[in-house]
Amino acid sequence: MTAPILAVRGLVKRFGGLLATDSVDLEVLPGQIHALIGPNGAGKTTLIAQLSGELRPDGGSIDLDGQTIDALPASARVARGLARSFQITCLLSDYSVRDNVAIAVQVRQGHSFHFLRNVRRDEGLRSEAETRLAAAGLAERADEIVANLSHGERKQLELVVALATKPRILLLDEPMAGLGHAESQQMIATLRELKNEVAMLLVEHDMDAVFQLADRISVLVYGRIIASGSADEIREHPEVRKAYLGDGDAAC
Amino acid sequence: MPISKLGRPFFALAVLAALIALPPVADAMGQPALTSMAARILIYGIAAASLNIVLGYGGMVSFGHAAFFGVGGYVVGILYAHHASGDPLFGFIPGSNQLLVTLPAAILVSGLAALVIGALSLRTSGVQFIMITLAFAQMLFFLFVSLKTYGGDDGLIIRRANEAPWLNMRDKQTVYYVCLAIAVAFFALLWRFVNSRFANVLMGLRQSERRMAAIGLPAYRYKLAAFVISGMGAGLAGALMANFLRFASPDMLHWTKSGELMVMVILGGVGTLFGPLAGAAVYIILESVLASWTEYWQLGVGIILLFVVLYTHGGVQALALRLAGRRP
Repeated sequence: MTAPILAVRGLVKRFGGLLATDSVDLEVLPGQIHALIGPNGAGKTTLIAQLSGELRPDGGSIDLDGQTIDALPASARVARGLARSFQITCLLSDYSVRDNVAIAVQVRQGHSFHFLRNVRRDEGLRSEAETRLAAAGLAERADEIVANLSHGERKQLELVVALATKPRILLLDEPMAGLGHAESQQMIATLRELKNEVAMLLVEHDMDAVFQLADRISVLVYGRIIASGSADEIREHPEVRKAYLGDGDAAC
Repeated sequence: MPISKLGRPFFALAVLAALIALPPVADAMGQPALTSMAARILIYGIAAASLNIVLGYGGMVSFGHAAFFGVGGYVVGILYAHHASGDPLFGFIPGSNQLLVTLPAAILVSGLAALVIGALSLRTSGVQFIMITLAFAQMLFFLFVSLKTYGGDDGLIIRRANEAPWLNMRDKQTVYYVCLAIAVAFFALLWRFVNSRFANVLMGLRQSERRMAAIGLPAYRYKLAAFVISGMGAGLAGALMANFLRFASPDMLHWTKSGELMVMVILGGVGTLFGPLAGAAVYIILESVLASWTEYWQLGVGIILLFVVLYTHGGVQALALRLAGRRP
């Protein structure tokens, strides 16, 4: 069996009396999409925040590629190959689409203590940004200011920016949220193609997307993982049906 | 912002030519005071543009930048005092009246002050950051007020402007041209700076610190570096001001001076290259024009500032661009 790229053991997070993450164990294998589902308020975004380093857990450990990253701040985790996308898109809204990607490439290339050379004329940054935008079908929007993008375009750009950090594992916080049907289908196709390059932990409410994409699914309820398995196992799991899928009703 | 590729350098060159021609023209017009006014505009322009690095480009509202301006001035003043008296500072640092020594010293010391103050202040953000920078600046203000050796409340008189090789610095016009040359060099460097990789991440941090962390940028060290650079620029301006006025006083560090610098940045255009210089010009011209009418000249400045903030959407620079028929 291959070693997991991301291994979470006994992760605990408390907010006062509320146990938001209750001894979570989770593994993501290379080349896999591991979906994390659960009703609203189950603690999915809290879990992502702890994995990415925005929130400090109260207990447990997180290993990236066999090495613990518990002590690392968010920015250092990115350098180790852990990238994320945001549920509510978080981009540099005054910058153009191209600049949003180019700055991620710039940060990936090393420190930014360069004070004199013009960054906009840096062919290396520019061409990589444009290649990545072209691959995502955003090439024509490269000069647009991010504030003028549609919701769907922003979701796509979030993904392009995350990929520009060259991650080994991608934490996706509801990449389909708010997308129309066609846009969702396109996003699903994109993610499926990406699977060979980068492992993913996918938090998503869109059950169609989850069952189409995920190699493994974990179900989070009240901060605890109540079940973990393949798509078919999860579909048939009695506790999951009760807690989450609403006993045969349409999902969500 | 799309900026016309041709119009701006042309305009900048025209302003530069006017500034070079100013002293003889002002003398011929019988208005030599115009030259001192222009020198003060240049010096405050450097200080305001330095503040703009953190305020406009970095989104860090520092309310204590007069501290670095004043430290720069006092470095010149204190080095001069020790040069005049002959006994070294702290027993081992000889005094100096050489501009080529005092200016780098002023930049260095104000940079160190900014490093200490920034390292502590940048652990906070938002309103706390404003308050803590203000508090540090006021601490330095009271320090210099209580330093009786260096004039305390009354300030420190510098009998003669610093000397520079081949230049007669006793001549006010020469001092003006030195200020002009330094301002040109400063803004040329700043122009390169604002297009650099460093400024790119700095502006990214202003827009979203969360996003910058998510692409792997450790924010603190970049914010601190920007704060130090900004403090060094303010220190340079303070050193020039001390040379120009031949005087350094605690007033240079007072919080109202920090406020004035902020007003200049806002008047001119936050986060623009030449906006702070334009803002300094507007502020100082308004000050002298309005002060000749009434001693309540601040009221007039206040009303105009209100107008600028409410209606120009980006200060004098944006207004000028719009009047010239361009989208700012």
